[in-house]
Amino acid sequence: MNTIYILWLRQLKRYFRSRARMIGSLGQPILFLVALGFGLGPIYTKAGGGNYIQFLAPGIIGMSILFTAMFSGIGVIWDRQFGFLKETLVAPVSRFTIMFGRTLGGATEAMLQGLVVFIIAFAIGFRPVSWLTFPLAFVFMFLIAVLFTAFGTALASKLEDMQGFQLIMNFVIMPIFFLSGALFPIEGTSTILSTIASLNPLSYGIDGLRGVFVGAQFSHFGLALDLGVLFFVTLVFLALGSYLFSKIQI
Amino acid sequence: MNSIEVKNLTKKFGDFTAVKDISFAVAAGEIFAFLGPNGAGKSTTIKMLTTLLHPTTGEIKINSHNPVTEPDAVRHSFGIVFQDPSLDDELTAWENMEFHGVLYDMPRALRRARISELLAFVDLTDRKDSLIKEFSGGMKRRLEIARGLMHHPKIIFLDEPTLGLDPQTRNHMWTYLQELNKKEGITVFFTTHYMEEADRVAQRIAVIDHGTIVASGTSAELKARTGKTTLEDAFLALTGHVIRDEGASAAEGMRNMRQMWRGKAK
Repeated sequence: MNTIYILWLRQLKRYFRSRARMIGSLGQPILFLVALGFGLGPIYTKAGGGNYIQFLAPGIIGMSILFTAMFSGIGVIWDRQFGFLKETLVAPVSRFTIMFGRTLGGATEAMLQGLVVFIIAFAIGFRPVSWLTFPLAFVFMFLIAVLFTAFGTALASKLEDMQGFQLIMNFVIMPIFFLSGALFPIEGTSTILSTIASLNPLSYGIDGLRGVFVGAQFSHFGLALDLGVLFFVTLVFLALGSYLFSKIQI
Repeated sequence: MNSIEVKNLTKKFGDFTAVKDISFAVAAGEIFAFLGPNGAGKSTTIKMLTTLLHPTTGEIKINSHNPVTEPDAVRHSFGIVFQDPSLDDELTAWENMEFHGVLYDMPRALRRARISELLAFVDLTDRKDSLIKEFSGGMKRRLEIARGLMHHPKIIFLDEPTLGLDPQTRNHMWTYLQELNKKEGITVFFTTHYMEEADRVAQRIAVIDHGTIVASGTSAELKARTGKTTLEDAFLALTGHVIRDEGASAAEGMRNMRQMWRGKAK
């Protein structure tokens, strides 16, 4: 559908045209990779965990996808008051089409960021087990991206202004990231922590990425479960996002 | 034929009745001003006319289509320029217009032709490949008018179209709109707080206050009825001198934030 295409294209053009934003949003992932990777690496290895950078890189790739996707989704708050989105709401186009196109665009943005982080990780020593893992890795990255763009859109559809953004940042995005097994292995942690992690959709995404890139033995939940859960939750959030988006009143 | 017909339109938000049983009509090809103090029910009415809100009771016909049951038909038949620019800052003028064309199902050749034609109409041809963030407020408004007209709608809605613009731009804008109205017979429905403009430009006016239409007719009729010489005085006579305090809406807050983040560009 032409409309979905142009909405997707629009997100991408905006992404590529903002050099500052593109580079700025790489700051945190690079910092985490380098500081934690090289900082905690030695102790992690000493504790018997193996190569920390191998463990960490999928987590950080997931992190950049999470952040980019959520920000893109939440951008709906701004967009609907000042941007092109408002135009689309009076156009003879269904809300679902708009939401879908926008979500695909945001998800593509997030995936591109993820890929860049992958390249950086590669540059500092991360090595996937084989290049054949890429297609499956893309699937995981795509699902994470769509899930969280839809989630961000759902949240933004309910919020009136940017005030809630701080709350979302600190009480939604950060916990999702930190409690997802991105930075530390889930097995061996207390029941509370591992329960939270198993309720967190990102955990399955990162676990899947890790299993694919570094080897299935590193996957805590198992690749099949990862894919299944991720797929299902993504569909749920897409549905939720579409519904809430269709209810937007400007 | 009437472009817009409103009969006994009411809108309630819970206990609050924003629009109470209003009725009015706008003839095809008319330039119509919809005036009213803050909180009078103007925006709510416009939203109902433009398919953004459903009426609680009452009937609306836009070019003989019902916005509730035939939203797409209605949407194809009008263009709108919102109070806040709804352009994409990080896209070019051309791209903004192109997207609009796709949204309105216009085939590519037609799109291209119309974009060139309309950009020329609003004197923005030389800026077609510039990013919107480089445009001034007036240029953005002109572009939005051009964009709103791309699909050759029969009605164009304008919500405070000249707010914050300098006199030259305002004058230009009304010149375009009047020319368009004369040449193509497009109906122009606008709201404004600039009474002299409404006086100069509008062929008929309706004044809404507290959710009801308190007066409608030509500017001369309104002045005669209230015994005043300017439309502004007539308006004040009809709606009173009390200042209407509105709560700061979320949109206001965001507008302020936008000013802050954007610096001096409007």
